[in-house]
Amino acid sequence: MNHDVFEKNSINLLVGILIVVAIGGLVEIAPLYWLNSTIEKVKGMRPYTPLELAGRDIYIREGCYNCHSQMIRSLKDEVERYGHYSLAAESMYDHPFQWGSKRTGPDLARVGGKYSDSWHVEHMKNPRAVVPESIMPGYPFLSAKLDYSSIQGHLKTNRTVGVPYTDEMIASAEADLEIQVNPDADGLEAFAKRYPKAQVRKFDQSSSDITELDALVAYLQMLGTLVDFTKFDATGPNLR
Amino acid sequence: MAEKTEIDDVTGVETTGHEWDGIKELNNPLPRWWLWTFYVCVIWSVLYWIVYPAWPTMTGYTKGIWGYSQRQAVKADLAAGKAAQAKFLTAIEASELDDIRGNPELMRFALAGGRTAFADNCAPCHGRGAEGTRGYPNLNDDDWLWGGSLSAIYETIRYGIRTTHDDTRLSDMPKFGADEILEPGQIKDAANFVLSLSGRPGDAASIARGKAVYADHCSTCHGEDGSGIAALGAPNLKDALWLFGSRQEDVETSIRTGRGGVMPHWDGRLDDTLIKQLTLFVHSLGGGQ
Repeated sequence: MNHDVFEKNSINLLVGILIVVAIGGLVEIAPLYWLNSTIEKVKGMRPYTPLELAGRDIYIREGCYNCHSQMIRSLKDEVERYGHYSLAAESMYDHPFQWGSKRTGPDLARVGGKYSDSWHVEHMKNPRAVVPESIMPGYPFLSAKLDYSSIQGHLKTNRTVGVPYTDEMIASAEADLEIQVNPDADGLEAFAKRYPKAQVRKFDQSSSDITELDALVAYLQMLGTLVDFTKFDATGPNLR
Repeated sequence: MAEKTEIDDVTGVETTGHEWDGIKELNNPLPRWWLWTFYVCVIWSVLYWIVYPAWPTMTGYTKGIWGYSQRQAVKADLAAGKAAQAKFLTAIEASELDDIRGNPELMRFALAGGRTAFADNCAPCHGRGAEGTRGYPNLNDDDWLWGGSLSAIYETIRYGIRTTHDDTRLSDMPKFGADEILEPGQIKDAANFVLSLSGRPGDAASIARGKAVYADHCSTCHGEDGSGIAALGAPNLKDALWLFGSRQEDVETSIRTGRGGVMPHWDGRLDDTLIKQLTLFVHSLGGGQ
């Protein structure tokens, strides 16, 4: 019995704990800084448009993640129901990610394009109007005007944590948000260049001011549509 | 710890030398079963490291001698599922929709597959029984906006209606009121006339005026007699089936603001064999032409 060396000397014990924890930390954390395969190389991912980002904030504010995951696991039934399994790359601009861990409602990782805008609008206002058996709460108050006065700050904050928003994107954040709900806007071309594949239309089916619904529906309609899976190589380093 | 070992008088077991208010801690060895479970776990974990992916390295990770990969596993699972259905899937892929319909064995498979895919993808809008709701067509009846033949249904499902797909079905009912093409009075008359087409009684003078408005503005798409033109997605106005409501004000709103529902395109989301199965399922619901 020679535990004495640790048990009778607190400094020895402290140093011993430090060494053990440091080994665990090194093994788990250090490789992440060098790993090339942690995030797949994919074509098509881009930072969220200001409107999508505003919608994402509403998604988080309303706690959608409490019932909806955004993570299609690599299991047969999930892939058959929801589509291609989620890739790390698809949430690389999410701070924080919305993988979720509870599915009271269906997974939303690839909900973009699955339903029409008007369906989303009716469904948000009163889910039972379109899906009688739904237990989702209604969110009729989302037809309120969207406050996007701080959107520039949101982009900046995201850049601080690693989302590659350019100076140009940040400078035109507010204008870009307005362009995305107005297909007749000037500057549409520049916007489309900054945010390829961004869908431009009035999402909430009304002619009112820009609403929270516009932002949320724009976000939902984008989910899972960015990565070009025809160009995704599922073999090689991505096979794991 | 005590420098010298001390034996407890009562049990004859060595003590640790720790004492609390006269109570001394016995230094019994760990139970054998516990110790062996621990050793087995240690051995298990080493074996696990050897056969499964385990340790991260600077540029990757240890792959393990079994080469297990979740992504490979799901790929194999999907392939196995497809292989089990291969007999039917290849036949469906190679056959025209009409031929599948004429083949009871293939048809049984297609309907089962179509029903499942319908529940997953179509039911949120069209309802679990395909009964539809306001703005989302009932698929059980024989009223079809874009045609109810197998090929028409196939095209609708594959390319969608008013979507971003290049081959989407597209039509645009004008906003007769919002764009000030018609006066409010004319809209009221036209609505009266349109409702009279399905036998709704109304003010005869208004209906007569509405008939003229209809002939000038509506008949190009909805047909001279109001029976609609499926190629344009213009609904039949004579059948008393109303997608956006049958009240006078509903019809007036339709004329005033136009209508144009969106159905997503499934090309790219569902594979072609599944779209064929869905087509056959929807066609079989009651109204297929």
